[in-house]
Amino acid sequence: MSVQAPVIKDLGSSLPESVRRYTPPPRFYPVIATFALFVGMFGAGTIRYEGFSSPQVILNLFVDNAFLIVLAVGMTFVILTGGIDLSVGSVVALSTMIAASTLRAGWPAPLTIIAVLLTGSVLGLLMGLVIHYFEIQPFIVTLAGMFLARGLCYLISVESIPIKNETFTSFAMGTIEVPGGHFITPAVVISLVVLVIAAWALHMTRFGRTVYAVGGSEQSALLMGLAVARTKVGVYVISGFCSSLAGLLFSLYMLSGYSLHAVGMELDAIAAVVIGGTLLTGGSGLVLGSALGVLVLGTIQTFISFDGNLSSWWTKITIGVLLLVFVMIQRIFTRRPA
Amino acid sequence: MTQMSAAPAQATRTAEPVVEMSGVSVSFPGVKALQSVGLTLRPGEVHALMGENGAGKSTLIKALTGVYSIDEGTIIVGGEPRTFSGPAESQAAGISTVYQEINLCTNLTVAENMLLGREPRSFGRIDTREMNRRAGSVLARLGVDIEPRSLLGSHPIAIQQLVAIARAVDIDAELLILDEPTSSLDADEVVKLFEVMRTLRDEGVAIVFVSHFLDQVFEISDRMTVLRNGRLVGEYVTADTTQLQLVQAMIGRELETLEKIERQAEQNTVRATGTPLMEVLDLGRKGSVEAVDLQVFEGEVIGVAGLLGSGRTELARLLFGADAADHGDIQLRARRTKLRTPRQAIDQKIAFSSENRRSEGVIGDLSIADNMVLALQASRGWLRPLPAKTKERLVTQYIDALDIRPTDPHALMRNLSGGNQQKVLLARWLITEPELLILDEPTRGIDIGAKAQIQQLVADLAQQGVSVVFISAELEEVLRLSDRLVVMRDRRKIDERSNDDVSVADVLEIIAGEVRDDA
Repeated sequence: MSVQAPVIKDLGSSLPESVRRYTPPPRFYPVIATFALFVGMFGAGTIRYEGFSSPQVILNLFVDNAFLIVLAVGMTFVILTGGIDLSVGSVVALSTMIAASTLRAGWPAPLTIIAVLLTGSVLGLLMGLVIHYFEIQPFIVTLAGMFLARGLCYLISVESIPIKNETFTSFAMGTIEVPGGHFITPAVVISLVVLVIAAWALHMTRFGRTVYAVGGSEQSALLMGLAVARTKVGVYVISGFCSSLAGLLFSLYMLSGYSLHAVGMELDAIAAVVIGGTLLTGGSGLVLGSALGVLVLGTIQTFISFDGNLSSWWTKITIGVLLLVFVMIQRIFTRRPA
Repeated sequence: MTQMSAAPAQATRTAEPVVEMSGVSVSFPGVKALQSVGLTLRPGEVHALMGENGAGKSTLIKALTGVYSIDEGTIIVGGEPRTFSGPAESQAAGISTVYQEINLCTNLTVAENMLLGREPRSFGRIDTREMNRRAGSVLARLGVDIEPRSLLGSHPIAIQQLVAIARAVDIDAELLILDEPTSSLDADEVVKLFEVMRTLRDEGVAIVFVSHFLDQVFEISDRMTVLRNGRLVGEYVTADTTQLQLVQAMIGRELETLEKIERQAEQNTVRATGTPLMEVLDLGRKGSVEAVDLQVFEGEVIGVAGLLGSGRTELARLLFGADAADHGDIQLRARRTKLRTPRQAIDQKIAFSSENRRSEGVIGDLSIADNMVLALQASRGWLRPLPAKTKERLVTQYIDALDIRPTDPHALMRNLSGGNQQKVLLARWLITEPELLILDEPTRGIDIGAKAQIQQLVADLAQQGVSVVFISAELEEVLRLSDRLVVMRDRRKIDERSNDDVSVADVLEIIAGEVRDDA
């Protein structure tokens, strides 16, 4: 380095060196906001209701929403590429139906699990292929997938099918002790493992970086020679896989398969992702945020069950208001000076 | 600057070319886009690729990078004949292209953008620390002092452009193609870009520089290749070439022959007296046109000449409010007026016919009649539909007056020839009875007969007292019609004169910037 390269100045160099050199990446801001919201809501609950601050209440947020966390993680991948997956709720229902009916038919539990996960992934793969190669909006394709999966449920049975398989029931009843005399379920562990793997994949692999690049600008990603097709199809496979896994967790939670399970759950998942700070236009957001989004939704429900006088519709009203506020905040964040 | 850059050109004259294209032809259905074109690129040189719009510059670049396949000719890269099947393959061979619109992801960090798809990995995961270090060292090599971990979107366009170049450099590009890199940069930013280009050139990288700005080309390039209508005009050493010679090569006529072209038009009486219909002072917009002063008098035809990218279209858009001006005043009929939207301009009886006939004017699935009354209907508001009788009367009148074929008002617009479509668009604005008509390239791509009719129409309108701003790439046409001449270059108005005895050669000299000194 004997040649002194010309130094380009005045790029914000008026700031002190230490400030200019490092600030927490702005991509964490929305997640910090969601976390603050969660803490704030929980604090309000603690002040208002006795027993709200018990550690078991917090653990129950995970216990009751493990399937939704898995669903939201899968949805985050899709939304990061700028897509949307409306089929996830129906795929959850279809998964519970396939699980319940195959178990009733006497399939061993592992085979059932593989069948369910395969069904979800293949459905995701098909939708992804149609979206990418036929250049059809994800909204329409996954809407079709939503109707298809829901319809398949009725094809299997219109009645609710109870799950009596021993592996399933013992797993569903099983609890894991945590210090302090509290407990979580195996489903919580599975959801957290999914969360960690997803975060690792998004930030530590080329696939993950390409997900963000496609969400930022698909055209640019293409011109940079990235594997756009594989990535775009891949996120729908991931979402399909996560939906069927969430379906398995949900069937453990309900111990039944039913066509009317998880109606509208895709919207809960989308709401959690958006409240978690992921931009619907793609390219920005973290899976951790989506998990926090799920916890925020769970806290609202806890509020209502603690109060006892509030109608459960307040859940929907609060989610609606929060969604609107978050989307507006995002808009302000992302608006560039013209 | 030219002397400085001339030195490496001398030094490396004998160096082995990085890329040698010869006899390259490319054709699209019905069009020969390139005919037997050659291009030789040597290491350590900035090579400007020049030509008017449609000359084949981008086709040549795309033929080189494998976006288009070539019909004939050879491409020798690094001493071996190659044919690339796509950008990825040419990239692997050391050819990197940075496009005019930056193709990076603003939502990722600078380092991620530079190394996307080539991230350093250890144990199967991306090594972020190594990635930032590598990006930082490339940026330092180019003298770009920014934090690799910062978001790309937080930097100005010029820096993003440099990051795009840094990405190309990290690929170990032996050839860097910059397609109009300066079109969205201001003067300071261009200086920075040129510093980086010189650094790379001195390291032995061959650079192709495509630009419409003559000054920039003369400042940075060592050699130039000029194309015209898909054919090679020649290769020139920048230091031995004058701007006038370059302009002639691009436009394609020798001065002597141009001087012989007889001006057939009778001189219009110049009516530049009294209060101007429109007067603009210091009107400009960042990145489009710098401060322009202009007066338009009633019944006057103002011709605007300039090369593509000189700001002639941008000026028209400002006058019509299609782009809002950043600064400057507009006075209409001696009253200060703001024109921020086309609607306001239309209310002030200004009409604008765009150069992009297809995308900004013609509505192909509507009939001639519907296309014609569009502007009038819009200015009336949708609550007061035009009576069917009036519409019919107006439409038949203008189909007659402008000799539009077919004469059936219900014929679909998309079935008309270019010339007839243009006439319908003119009729659309004439129906609104404008006092100022801005015509951007009204005769482009239409046959000679229709061209003459449109020119005649402009002259007649001026006789009737309509003021016209007439923009055209064809200098003869501009000179034939206009009372006063405005010459644009590098987004500035560089000259204005009344059209007495101005020849095409004079205009070329003005554009080339050689009259400014002694005028």
